[in-house]
Amino acid sequence: MARRRREIGKAGWGRTAMSAVISFIYFFPVLWIILTAFKTHTDALAIPPKFLFTPTLENFANVFSRAYQRGGEEIDTHFDLFFFNSIFIAGTSVLLALAVGTLAAYAFSRFPLRGNDTYMFIVLTTRMLPPIIVIIPIFLMFRVTGMSGTYAGIILLYAAFNLPFTIWMMKSFFDEIPPEVEDAARMDGSSEFKVFFKICLPLVKAGLAATAVFGLILTWNEFLFALLLTGMQTRTVPVAMAQTIGGDIGVRWGLLAAIETLFLIPVVLVTFLLQNQLLRGVTFGTIRR
Amino acid sequence: MTAWGRFISENRGPLLVTPALAVLVLMNIFPLLWSFGLSFFKYRANRLQEPEFIWFKNYFKVLTDDRVWNRFQTTAMVVSIDVLLQLIVGFLLALMFEKQFPGRRVLLMLVLTPMMLSFVAVGAFFRYYYEPTFGLLSQAIKSITGEPFILLASPAGAIAGIIFADVWMWSPFVMLLVLAGLVSVPKHLYEAAEIDRTSWWRRFWTITFPYIRGLLLLAILFRTIEAFKLFDIVFLITEGGPGTSTETIAVYVYRVAFQYFKTSQSAALGYILLFVVIVLTNLYLYFVRRRAEEN
Repeated sequence: MARRRREIGKAGWGRTAMSAVISFIYFFPVLWIILTAFKTHTDALAIPPKFLFTPTLENFANVFSRAYQRGGEEIDTHFDLFFFNSIFIAGTSVLLALAVGTLAAYAFSRFPLRGNDTYMFIVLTTRMLPPIIVIIPIFLMFRVTGMSGTYAGIILLYAAFNLPFTIWMMKSFFDEIPPEVEDAARMDGSSEFKVFFKICLPLVKAGLAATAVFGLILTWNEFLFALLLTGMQTRTVPVAMAQTIGGDIGVRWGLLAAIETLFLIPVVLVTFLLQNQLLRGVTFGTIRR
Repeated sequence: MTAWGRFISENRGPLLVTPALAVLVLMNIFPLLWSFGLSFFKYRANRLQEPEFIWFKNYFKVLTDDRVWNRFQTTAMVVSIDVLLQLIVGFLLALMFEKQFPGRRVLLMLVLTPMMLSFVAVGAFFRYYYEPTFGLLSQAIKSITGEPFILLASPAGAIAGIIFADVWMWSPFVMLLVLAGLVSVPKHLYEAAEIDRTSWWRRFWTITFPYIRGLLLLAILFRTIEAFKLFDIVFLITEGGPGTSTETIAVYVYRVAFQYFKTSQSAALGYILLFVVIVLTNLYLYFVRRRAEEN
């Protein structure tokens, strides 16, 4: 693939210094939450705010079990379950979407149907539409079929939620493989299955990984569907977090910051790894560079 | 080749697409049709009453409701200020990262992090920063002005608070797109301009801008679609208050559907939203294609 190499101008350490200051300010809200997670309750509410303090791990312990009343008994908060739910639900639904979506993307890229663009448009629209529209009937549907509050229900829903993204993303990767590669293999008598699994898939390995990770983040962060369609047993972290804000603890910000920190770390790490695919990821593969 | 094998290779396109479409039909298209049907009935999900067919009454009711128009106005205001600020901040950030410099990769990551975070986390952050007594922002402003700073108490302040959080979160998105445009400008054009001693401003309009125009437009459309759906951040920072001053249309539909339980009315309203989003998405794809053809 002959791709024009983009040239990028050079700047020196002066630019580094300026950018460092601005980036640091930009990142500060995240950093402050992470710092707050290590503060005692008194330090978190200090006026003026404390930049130097003795760090404590108390908040992180409290995430999983704490006393709901002053001097009360420590009770399991089930946050270990919520974290497990978030990981399990996101993982399973992304795998499902990836399996089904990659096949569809391959077809959309290689064997265009009549009205291919229309299908692609419908697929994208299902993703762009305000989730609030679909959620009303889905809510009723789940209630009728008893899927509300089950893993199967939310996983299937999230798979559908990830599917448009997966299809658009993977199509953009398949589009980049020159068809000649496959045609040569077909010439040699390889079956369609072999062409797909042995030739195409290895070529889009990086794309598969990027799509999976993006899907994981999208699902990991999702709030509205989870709020309305998960039960006590299947609740995910964002919902539990929102309930912690409004609910039982009032203003225990250190604790909330600890929950957020645990919730954010995987996302921040992944952002770093994905940097080169970020543009494509956030635009559903419609813009590559 | 067996008949079975021939059937597969002749219909490989449709066969590969079917499972994906099945999932989408089950979880997206079917619910959409259901709520379309529902929008012609009088129905409340929390009552046992049989749905009653009432033609276009729901649409009529929704479109003549002052509250709906008021929420649309709020949304339009939030979206326009929000997207405009994202463009400005994103653009400035892109100019900063336009050149290669030591440590660029790490610093870029710091700036890109907000848009990968969850709305819930961002909403919670800013609630904490806006908190009147010990909130970081409130304290910082109080130390300058000497007055206590209670941002979320007034309608204008609450809207500013929501917009501030959303701009912080999504300006990096605009930055990414503008950056992609900036690095695509051929270097020799700048060199020629250097020789001609053109001013920075002129160089920007005649050389740089044509290369980022397309991407800028896509950024605007994409962010408008997303901002139009603004729900989580509002829900977490202000819950639509004070009063109903920050109730965006998405929050309003949520309330009509799940707090007032006017199920079929919310479906009708949802369809009006859907129409807006379809128009915007169409525009977006139109410009994506045009850009692909230009390249």
